[in-house]
Amino acid sequence: MTVHSFQEHFDKKIDDEVMIEPRDWMPDDYRKTLIRQISQHAHSEIVGMLPEGNWITRAPSLRRKAVLLAKVQDEGGHGLYLYSAAETLGISRDEMLDQLHTGKAKYSSIFNYPSLTWADMGAIGWLVDGAAIMNQVPLCRTSYGPYARAMVRVCKEESFHQRQGFEIMLTLSNGTEVQKKMAQDALNRWWWPSIMMFGPPDADSPHTAQSMRWRIKRFTNDELRQKFIDVTVEQAKLIGLTVPDPDLKWNDATGHYDYGAINWDEFWNVVKGNGPCNKERLEARKKAWEDGAWVRDAALAYSKKRKARKENNKTLAA
Amino acid sequence: MSTNQLFYTLQIADNALILGHRISEWCGHGPILEQDIAITNTSLDHLGQARSLYQHAADLFNALSSAEKTNCFASAALQAKISKGENLTEDDLAYLRDGWDFRNVLLVEQPNKDWAYTIARSFFYDAYNFCFYTELQKSKDSALAAIAEKSLKEVTYHLRWSSEWVIRLGDGTDESHARIQEAINSYWAFTGELFEMSVVDKAAGEVDVNALKPVWLQRVTTVLDEATITVPKDAWMHSGGKDGRHTEHLGYILAEMQFMQRAYPNMEW
Repeated sequence: MTVHSFQEHFDKKIDDEVMIEPRDWMPDDYRKTLIRQISQHAHSEIVGMLPEGNWITRAPSLRRKAVLLAKVQDEGGHGLYLYSAAETLGISRDEMLDQLHTGKAKYSSIFNYPSLTWADMGAIGWLVDGAAIMNQVPLCRTSYGPYARAMVRVCKEESFHQRQGFEIMLTLSNGTEVQKKMAQDALNRWWWPSIMMFGPPDADSPHTAQSMRWRIKRFTNDELRQKFIDVTVEQAKLIGLTVPDPDLKWNDATGHYDYGAINWDEFWNVVKGNGPCNKERLEARKKAWEDGAWVRDAALAYSKKRKARKENNKTLAA
Repeated sequence: MSTNQLFYTLQIADNALILGHRISEWCGHGPILEQDIAITNTSLDHLGQARSLYQHAADLFNALSSAEKTNCFASAALQAKISKGENLTEDDLAYLRDGWDFRNVLLVEQPNKDWAYTIARSFFYDAYNFCFYTELQKSKDSALAAIAEKSLKEVTYHLRWSSEWVIRLGDGTDESHARIQEAINSYWAFTGELFEMSVVDKAAGEVDVNALKPVWLQRVTTVLDEATITVPKDAWMHSGGKDGRHTEHLGYILAEMQFMQRAYPNMEW
């Protein structure tokens, strides 16, 4: 087959909704786009362990501590599935981590915001995981097989995370005045960063059109953002919290909520490294990796020795 | 009903909570993702055991006479609840006692420092816990026996995991060998207390921990030998944790762990 016919074959599969698998021919840009997106997603899971991990040792009850630990551990598991999915595209985990540590690869900017109170554990689960689910559910049908299958597992767990976050907020809003205040304060701080999680508006999103064509993406950033806002505003009402957007208004004609202007300057600034925690998050990841180097070396050296001894024993036996 | 069984249960529960807390500090910071997940799992197991034990301890406490209740714990927060006649919960016991009412051994409150120290601490404790829970399954307290039986499955895995790491580090590189040897030497001085019969141990008439030492030592020696690590010579051993006299570390653990309950008392979370 010529490159031209490979391309035709690939395009037909995409059009027929046949999944692309690791050994299938794929255009270079498709591969690159997927590596960028999946590794960015994996890094987000790993960096995302930090703002929540921040409260494990301070969780207010034993039950909350156990649930939070399990949740942060799940994020690590998601990172693992996603790194494995990306590896099927011909990049190693070490290479991806190197890109994270050198700043070449990005991760979701939301994790560059600080988790300041216990209510942030609620807000992160409810809003951040809630937004992630909106983004991720369509990815269960994304065109690349290993990514789609990883996302099926991720989404099952994320919906549990979202519920536990909402339940923390619900408990706080049924609590004392100071607990309600804590919940509202968390919503105030996490609302705008959460709706920015869907990425720049469609008009300014350089990758959207191609990714839609390749069926890596199924909905545009603005479509997903709107869906999230419509659902979440109703949930906020249910627990008596106020979404911090004075322009938020139901629009009968469109059947959606209208919302105020998003501060894209802030978004781009955080992406560029000027968020409140960019430095700390990256330093924490680098420190874990560097401090762990001797441990990984030891594990490798030991497994080599063991293998050599086994070979030796076999030779002796023969 | 006397306070002995309560204090005995708390001694076991406090070990589980404090070690689980220490290990949880690794979550998100492990040397490799797979081990970050594995060690967090262990932390969850300890925390789960602590919860079962504190729930049982709360039941034991709530069944005491009011005179006995008043003499159990010093903290003003608990005294206030007790004087109002409130029942205590697992969270009250974990979050409202001060250090001198914690009965965990000193070993479990020692800092993580690095992967080698963390592994050494877990290994010593897991080997003890395996022997201990095996015996506790025969407890005359059916709740403790049931918790022991359930926990033993988890502890068996913990011991396998920490033993494998001791071997891997000991027989890995020169650096890892030196680090794990140093950690083993350093935390060895906290292993004596595991086998000391505290006042509470004697009064409870449950597991004779002193009798566990030979089995423990044999297990530890086998693993250290395979790891090419020198078994430390018997030397001075620290103790006091079981009687509520701790190292400076416990105060900081509690300050962090209990912060929410102290700053925002009497609320549901």
